Amino acid sequence: MADMAENHRAVVELKEKYASSVLDVREFRGEVTVTVKKEDIVEICRFLKENAAYNLLTDVTAVDYLGQEPRFMMVYNLYSIPNKDRLRVKAPVAEADVSVDSVCGVWSTANWLERETYDLFGIRFNNHPDLRRILMTDDWVGHPLRKDYPLQGPDREPYKGRLS
Amino acid sequence: MASIEKMTLNMGPQHPSTHGVLRLVLELDGEKIEKVTPHIGYLHRGVEKLAEHRTYHQTLPLTDRLDYLAPMSNNLGYVLAVEKLLGIEVPERAETIRVIMAELTRIKSHLVWLACHALDIGAMTVFLYCFREREAVMDIYEMISGARMTSNYFRVGGLSQDVPDGFEKRVRDFIDSFDANVDTYEGLLTKNTIWLQRTVGNGVISAEDAVDAGITGPALRGSGVDWDLRRDNPYSGYEKYKFQVPIGEKCDTFDRYKVRLVELREAAKIVRQALDFLKPGPILADLPQVCYPPKDAVYNTIEGLIHHFKIASEGFLVPEGEVYQGIEAPKGELGYYVVSDGGNHPYRMRIRPPSFVNLSAIEKMSKGFMVADLVAVIGTLDIVLGEIDR
Repeated sequence: MADMAENHRAVVELKEKYASSVLDVREFRGEVTVTVKKEDIVEICRFLKENAAYNLLTDVTAVDYLGQEPRFMMVYNLYSIPNKDRLRVKAPVAEADVSVDSVCGVWSTANWLERETYDLFGIRFNNHPDLRRILMTDDWVGHPLRKDYPLQGPDREPYKGRLS
Repeated sequence: MASIEKMTLNMGPQHPSTHGVLRLVLELDGEKIEKVTPHIGYLHRGVEKLAEHRTYHQTLPLTDRLDYLAPMSNNLGYVLAVEKLLGIEVPERAETIRVIMAELTRIKSHLVWLACHALDIGAMTVFLYCFREREAVMDIYEMISGARMTSNYFRVGGLSQDVPDGFEKRVRDFIDSFDANVDTYEGLLTKNTIWLQRTVGNGVISAEDAVDAGITGPALRGSGVDWDLRRDNPYSGYEKYKFQVPIGEKCDTFDRYKVRLVELREAAKIVRQALDFLKPGPILADLPQVCYPPKDAVYNTIEGLIHHFKIASEGFLVPEGEVYQGIEAPKGELGYYVVSDGGNHPYRMRIRPPSFVNLSAIEKMSKGFMVADLVAVIGTLDIVLGEIDR
């Protein structure tokens, strides 16, 4: 199974060009995920877009692994319309410096998707042209999709499962 | 010399042509749009957060309420993602019924698009005709799931129940008369001077810009990008069906209109093929640790009742891992990114809504046009706020 990930057309090139940056390559259920250092995310994304034809940025989001270090994981789902295949790029973000460079300059799709990630996870995007909250109101306190944010609202006890 | 003052106009959130609670702040020079700033989130219900606290089956009804004009497409994307995560396959009959319902849903969603889009531009008659046909699809929904909108009909591993007697005839009757109905809509609009004046050359976005902005679905195909997930990355057995993927040339509202009209006819074609393909058989995978037992067993045996109770209360465990499943929903690529930590509820469920990303291109598409043209652009993007705000 690991062979498929290792032989993936873009992974081969990435490992050659950014050997020091690639932290992990994984294949699960036919999907290839590359984890890279967040410092190189913009350069790697640009490389994937220009040299591996990943012209569509499908999605940008994050996952909060509360209790682990680094706490957050940025997730970029890429798609190549000419080659009809997908690639997932991930980048760990530590709680001490909750920020990552914006990929808005590579795909303009990232604008709103990064705003949403900022809004719900509190991850700041450096060099983002318009980093405002998008789903929550401007004066909202806290970031609802963080694992330590109570399900029922900021002033309520943490959710302990259904009572019924 | 008279001074020229820019005007800021607030459009929405309560406005008939913003299709829900979308608020747009417009900066105007006379009636020309200089800047559009959308404000969204009025319908935010925290579906992604809620999903982290529910079992996989309890999350399913939440997905109906995203794009409430196309509930079964949302269900389909979700169950496919969970099935991929589990690594299971569903029986052929279930797959085929899913395709029939997904395509009827496409018809239903496109009919609402056409109805509202035409109404916004001033063609009332089309609205009434489209809703007449949509009602027929709603009746089919009600027939198989008991609900007209929040269907919650699919299950991880198959379907909640088999379709009732008379389903095939009902669908076939609808499909057989449908082409003539599309002819009616076309007769009312395609050569209508007012319609042409409002849509030709409106909301132009080049193929390159559209891909850069992440637009997907019929809105992207209207700009001439030949890409459809049903054909290019088939799921749920779509590789078995023959259909055309229409594309536009002029990248404007009129071309997107033509693309969606062809899609209506193609969807009907797929439904017809799927009906021919439909054979008796099981509708749930034979996986007792994941799937609900048949209702007959639940009502008549103690083992069945216990089994049902266990699945309903505890759910099922899903292996650790992460998957992304994208489907060609009526409005574009709908994706579910599900992360499991090995437990009985998603560790993280991300919904990639097509409307959200498509709407972000609104500024590019309406800059320099009149306010009235913006109404046509909102219509042609085919957004639904339940999905944008989640």
